[in-house]
Amino acid sequence: MAHPPLKNLRVAVTGGTSGLGLALVRALHAGGAQVAFVARDAQRVALTAASLPGTHGIAGDVSRKDQTHRIALQINAALGGLDVLVNNASSLGPTPLQLLADTDCEDLEAALATNLVGPFRLTKALLGALAAAAREGRPARVVNISSDAAITPYARWGAYGASKAALRHLSRIWDEELREHGVRVIAIDPGDMDTPLHAAAVPDADPSTLKPPADAAREIIQWIVAPLRETDAVPA
Amino acid sequence: MKAAHQPVQRPRDAKLLVIDQAGRLQHAARSRLADFLRRGDLVVANDAATMPASLQGLHLRTGSVIEVRLAGRPSLRVDDVHEFSVIVFGAGDHRTRTEDRSAPPALRAGDALALGPLRAAVQHTLGHPRLIALRFQGHADAIWAGIARHGKPIQYAHMIEPLALWDMWTGVAALPVAFEPPSAGFVLDWNLLHTLRARGVGFATLTHAAGISSTGDAALDARLPFDEPYRLPSSTVRAVEQARRSGGRIVAIGTTVTRALEHAAAASGGLPHAGDGVADQRIGAQTPLRVVDAILSGTHEAGSSHHELLRAFTTDTMLAQADIELASHGYRSHEFGDSVLIERMAQCRDRPVPDRTVISTGIRVGLPA
Repeated sequence: MAHPPLKNLRVAVTGGTSGLGLALVRALHAGGAQVAFVARDAQRVALTAASLPGTHGIAGDVSRKDQTHRIALQINAALGGLDVLVNNASSLGPTPLQLLADTDCEDLEAALATNLVGPFRLTKALLGALAAAAREGRPARVVNISSDAAITPYARWGAYGASKAALRHLSRIWDEELREHGVRVIAIDPGDMDTPLHAAAVPDADPSTLKPPADAAREIIQWIVAPLRETDAVPA
Repeated sequence: MKAAHQPVQRPRDAKLLVIDQAGRLQHAARSRLADFLRRGDLVVANDAATMPASLQGLHLRTGSVIEVRLAGRPSLRVDDVHEFSVIVFGAGDHRTRTEDRSAPPALRAGDALALGPLRAAVQHTLGHPRLIALRFQGHADAIWAGIARHGKPIQYAHMIEPLALWDMWTGVAALPVAFEPPSAGFVLDWNLLHTLRARGVGFATLTHAAGISSTGDAALDARLPFDEPYRLPSSTVRAVEQARRSGGRIVAIGTTVTRALEHAAAASGGLPHAGDGVADQRIGAQTPLRVVDAILSGTHEAGSSHHELLRAFTTDTMLAQADIELASHGYRSHEFGDSVLIERMAQCRDRPVPDRTVISTGIRVGLPA
């Protein structure tokens, strides 16, 4: 389904080769947006880019500090600036899911690196471009993909839930601070989707009870294109 | 002056020397910069991000190790990333002063270079054996990926540790088109932008491909600055017009902003128009300034093109006096050093400078072309 306001919108999506990220890349591309996407596996990046001509695939790992600016450079170079950043790449933490007391410190750190520190760094590196877009009257947005595990304390979801809770609060604070510059930061819980991440977390879930990622992508795009004034509330 | 050799963009003790339009000098903590700006002023910064513009590799015909430094580009178009003018060095790295670096092998048209994952061919030399036009092979995305992964920021021999890419990006960095950082913009953080907004001081950006500051070769240095493409957003042009109408000053963060705004103004014959341009002019003592009322700059040695540009703002007597003040007060020079804020003096104007009591009409006095 086409979203006319997407035409020529410059959007970057992390974790863009599977699950919700891939659904977002497809829907944005179909709607006429200029899309760059990031994922770790260079081969899958190349295949996805080839299957969606005009999109820009960037191989990189958002959890690694030494790659942040190289990824940001390629996003800005490919799109000539940036209107919307979707921090979608997520790590579940240890699988099968562990009780928090059994979770290794390194696994918690890895989940924080992908789900919290990585989005923080990448957003910071792209803030100049986002604020420049806002000054030009474009709808500058950061969308951070959250989860109901950010709010509800599910047993065995400690690493993921804690990192997503932190990301959600980071989004709320950043939205307070950046709205005066015309940049809005939105945290969206897409719901339980039929994705590789969900399958890794809950291997025996019945896929027919789960939301198709394309549906979640459509809802997220509504927020990307929604006209927002400085005083309007956003999901958080 | 001593060189600043730690890559700290905003040291707590950073200093600011302010020279106002009457030629009065004042020392201040640079954290007080906003106190020297007024409601209605417009601060304009260069939001270019810095490329990792140093590429190590091989000259395939001779097998020689070389370093290529990207130094110029025809335009800022996203897909215009095949052709660069570059400076070529022989083996070695930044720990050798550029002045002492070995020469590259003789470079001929058609010579192939392997620069990490990138492949490129020499097109022709540009009037100097080290300065060549280079053409990269492949798609734009692959070239950007190659530069991003294989390139390193251009290093400075006076720094203790190698600089990382994040050391080189200002807080507002966006399009990766600068070859060296627009370092006057290191002063910018989001707290300053918040303060400016709260005080009614405008903020706008342009994008200017800040070039190499020094090549270590006297003949090449004499040709600096190279032509630099820039992009002037329509929102910035509107902000300039509004500041003019309300009697505010246009405060350029750095020499690149001055060069771009003045080039665009000269091209239009009046206030700058939005769009892309290539700044090819030199700014010096004889250059009338049409747009910029004040400049925030790093401190630079007399004789450099940066220092030369400051002569458009104030007299040589003032600059000489400022140099004495900078030295005697222990200011640090170079990219991560201290700053000067210079308001242009009466004789450096082609129009009345607005202040609190005089409202500018926004009409410029005509200039000989």
